[in-house]
Amino acid sequence: MPLITPLLILVGVVGLLLAHAFVPSVRRWSWKAFLGIAVVMFLVQPYLALSWAPPEREMGEVQRIMYMHVPQVWMALLALTLNFCCSVAFLLKKSWVTDALAEASAEVGVYFGAVGVTLGAIWAKPTWGVYWDWDPRLTTAAIMIVIYMGYLTLRRFVEDPEKRATWSSVMGIISYVDLPVLWFSVKWWNSLHQVQSSPKTVDPDMTMVLRWSATMFLCLLSVFIIHRFRVAYAARQAEVAPPEALAPGAA
Amino acid sequence: MSPENRNRLLAVGALVVAGGALAAIAWGNIGENLVYYWTPGEMLSQGEKAYGPTIRLGGVVAPKSIVWTDDKQHLAFEVADQKDGTGPKVKVASDQVPPQMFREGIGVVVEGTYAADGVFRTNRLMVSHSNEYRPPKPGEHTKEWQKSLETASK
Repeated sequence: MPLITPLLILVGVVGLLLAHAFVPSVRRWSWKAFLGIAVVMFLVQPYLALSWAPPEREMGEVQRIMYMHVPQVWMALLALTLNFCCSVAFLLKKSWVTDALAEASAEVGVYFGAVGVTLGAIWAKPTWGVYWDWDPRLTTAAIMIVIYMGYLTLRRFVEDPEKRATWSSVMGIISYVDLPVLWFSVKWWNSLHQVQSSPKTVDPDMTMVLRWSATMFLCLLSVFIIHRFRVAYAARQAEVAPPEALAPGAA
Repeated sequence: MSPENRNRLLAVGALVVAGGALAAIAWGNIGENLVYYWTPGEMLSQGEKAYGPTIRLGGVVAPKSIVWTDDKQHLAFEVADQKDGTGPKVKVASDQVPPQMFREGIGVVVEGTYAADGVFRTNRLMVSHSNEYRPPKPGEHTKEWQKSLETASK
């Protein structure tokens, strides 16, 4: 398979995401397309990750956890970035769409973050010798998960939808401080976790499988957020109904 | 104040607080007070302050410094600032089974105490990996690092 394949699929997926965001008619079927792409890529991914890609020179076979750990943490960062954008957008212009999307992205982000960090710990035991240590990268990752669990808790504590949306938007903006710190922690401070790799420091075959996995998880992330958004949006509509039906056609 | 204006004010306020916090973390001197590990050079420059408390020391296993006792129960090596073993070095003693990847030239972080006799005693030996991921060279086997460890004391 040509090494460029996952990048081409990624371009298509991003195009579909943009279409989903801006073309209402696309929203009726786009989740099926994302799910379809994810399933097809998932059928091939274990072969690529476990057999096709070479083992790592120093770490051996255990390095293959990278193909799950890295993309899942990326997806968490993406989802929580979406949460930040929705939080700012809600405060600038009240909308149950951005509020519901903020709720959906935070929950899915916490899920991917928790799985990604757990996989990192499983990878750490055979390589570093320990499951966990309080280095800057791991600490900021733990803070991320705990803080967004707090965000989700806040959402459930506030009964009034308007207050809930406003307060959680403020919390969403402030919580986001942790993410750039998490990203740059390995560059700013001494850490056990290595700094970010780039295609220059990673074998081309491994880069290909990493991109394949990332595109696959991006599709899965899209499916999860779209569905979780629908649940949240329906709940919001039920809460604020009946007289003032807001933003017709917003779904 | 209308709810719209109040929300806009909240947005600006939250963004200012978030941006300020980020700037304080990025450009403030938080790194001087919160240190994950000292390099050998940093630890030695602390003088007597480094004796006693539990600290972490990070660096590279100096070439040709790994020594096992005959019964393989005790391990001694040197942690250096530089990969070629030049510059400040600290002797480390460990009674633990090191991680599989432990070998000369690899990054390590050890947690323990430094004493006036110049030996850093650790009960938590961690190996770090660089951000490079390469396949084995032709004819090379990934298990060979473990073999080199088994014969390291010879």
